Amino acid sequence: MKLPDLTELALRNLRESVLRNSLTTIGISVGVASLVAMLSLGTGLQQLFSQRLAKSGLFDTVFVSSRRDLRGMGREEERKGPTPGESRVLDEAARQEIERLPHVTEAYPDIRFVTELRYDDKPHLTMISALPMSAKSNDAFDGMQGGFFSSDTGAEVILQKSFAEELLGKTPPLGAADPSVAELAKPLLGKELTMRYAQRQSAPASPSPQSSQSSLRAAEATPADDRVAAAAYSVVSREQKLTIVGISDLDPESMRGPMRARVFLPLRLAESLHVMQPTDLREISRAAADQPVYSSVSVRVKNPAEVQVVEDAIKKMGFNTFSILDASNSLRQVFRVLFAFLGIFGSLALTVASIGIVNTLVMAILERRREIGIMKAIGASDADVKKLFFAEAGAMGILGGIVGVVLGWAIGQIINFGTNLWLKSQSLPTEHFWAVPLWLVVFSIVFSLLVSLVSGLYPAARAARLDPVQALRYE
Amino acid sequence: MTTTAPVAPAARGTVAIRSENLCRHYRMGETLIRAVDGVSLQIHAGEFVALLGSSGSGKSSVLNLIAGLDRPTSGSVVVQDRDLAKLSREELAKYRLHVVGMVFQSFNLIPSMTLAENVELPLRFAEVDRSQRPNLAREALERVGLQARMNHRPSELSGGEQQRAALARALINRPQLLLADEPTGNLDSHTGTEIMDMVRQFNRELGMTVVMVTHERALAERYAQRMIFLADGKLLDDQPSVPSPAIPGGQS
Repeated sequence: MKLPDLTELALRNLRESVLRNSLTTIGISVGVASLVAMLSLGTGLQQLFSQRLAKSGLFDTVFVSSRRDLRGMGREEERKGPTPGESRVLDEAARQEIERLPHVTEAYPDIRFVTELRYDDKPHLTMISALPMSAKSNDAFDGMQGGFFSSDTGAEVILQKSFAEELLGKTPPLGAADPSVAELAKPLLGKELTMRYAQRQSAPASPSPQSSQSSLRAAEATPADDRVAAAAYSVVSREQKLTIVGISDLDPESMRGPMRARVFLPLRLAESLHVMQPTDLREISRAAADQPVYSSVSVRVKNPAEVQVVEDAIKKMGFNTFSILDASNSLRQVFRVLFAFLGIFGSLALTVASIGIVNTLVMAILERRREIGIMKAIGASDADVKKLFFAEAGAMGILGGIVGVVLGWAIGQIINFGTNLWLKSQSLPTEHFWAVPLWLVVFSIVFSLLVSLVSGLYPAARAARLDPVQALRYE
Repeated sequence: MTTTAPVAPAARGTVAIRSENLCRHYRMGETLIRAVDGVSLQIHAGEFVALLGSSGSGKSSVLNLIAGLDRPTSGSVVVQDRDLAKLSREELAKYRLHVVGMVFQSFNLIPSMTLAENVELPLRFAEVDRSQRPNLAREALERVGLQARMNHRPSELSGGEQQRAALARALINRPQLLLADEPTGNLDSHTGTEIMDMVRQFNRELGMTVVMVTHERALAERYAQRMIFLADGKLLDDQPSVPSPAIPGGQS
């Protein structure tokens, strides 16, 4: 028999005992629904996490530091390669070279310094960090009041919430509720701050003998003898007026890299200020005065999957790198295990449902014994009978699968809705942690079909073996 | 046994069915039942033969063996040069589909299907093109005078109509052999005659070989050309039905 005929006859037979077959099909749908619910929860959570992580900018970022930075000396990878004294300097040329690497979107220096900000004529000492314009999409600024920098060179500043509290003299006592960001933003947005900072300036013509001696010692290893003369500078105190454009509610303790500060400046502005940085002292022996040396450079990669490649390339250039790739790998592992667990629990209900299919079909054989006998008598082969029962099992599987996917999706929506209602009542932001991607829909229906066909194996074989003479004998 | 020489009076052609020492034994608990016990017979193409005997005589078992619904314990049945004992299950199904048409005492229509669908069913198994099937089914139903009822279910019809539909179904694949197992057993004599007239018509006009199992001797005498008597699974007598001599042992 051909497929259209099989389908037609199978559906007709299913309609004949509509109650029993519907109940069985509902059993399958519930099984599929539980599978869909479990897996969509897993998928949703994974999506939520990876979105969060992608937005945090951690997973597509490689942090580069010079090997001359001795802080990471214990690490094994750093014992290979050139000694810290011989390794490259992380300067503007190196930054540009890194930026030209494939898969890299941008490489920006981490400019960070502690300095004094004056507001309302009171001094406030804090950590300041420079941000590129691309940081705008970072989730750190999701709950921000005001706006991001209008341009990369604007004399503007974004404050972290706790610093805003400090400026207003409103730092709450420990354990008391924080004032909301909006409350803090109102009196501060648009106001001016004065930043006092130490600017590095090119050295006067004759460097002090002490500094030139120390540069000479370092220069023995490098051929760049001509730069030695320039490796001296003076430090001048300066002031810069800044307008407050935004208040961010992010917690500096929870962040990494350039986000870990309480005040943010636009990157180009910070660069143009030539602020004296802690590393300048360390690199005093090597760098030219007009070419700043960076303590570290953040490299943004187009796709988290390419982080490893970029990291390797930068390592080859002779720098230390760090990324959260390893962390993300183990996270993926966790999700795989979670998925397997959810899948197994979801399939359990489907297994119970498949026993229902076996039961229904075995009952159908007993009931339709005579009909099977008739079909055989008028020329149906064993294979025809077998295929017919398979088709019935398959039809129940597909129908149950479709209904189950819809049901599972609905359950997910309801739970998501309920959870968000609760989140709202706790004044937390709502989340979409329930996702039914197309692959899950297709997978569930195909899986349901396969399970049903496997369930149909035994009844179909039994029906096919039926002896027509016996089947027709009973009146 | 009297069948060493061909005795068929109306041997129109070749031998259609030949059985050789055909046996069908089965166990029922401790006892061995010899439903068919050494039957040898020959039926020629185009013949109308009645298998007569009381219940338990083995006449239906012989018919089932000829129909390929059952397999002999020993001996052979050869139908149109096919040794049925040697066919695979698959080949046997093909044989039933294309060579044999069957009607039963209890009609055996599928109750959930309309007449048209019942008649069409063998075409589905034969994988006849979908577009041709409705026409073939209608033709077959017209032949038995049921075209007006083709969309009715069997339960809505009289017994005679149901048996006519069963005949239409038996004919749909144009088989050479029509096997009828007590076709009038559930019918009153008037409708029984109607059905038998139809069977004779198929035998004469379409040249079908007909083997009919019955316990009604009168029916066999009226329609069959030859009567084969069975008792206890053995062949008792084989005679042409036209002279109709009074044989007392025919019915018990």
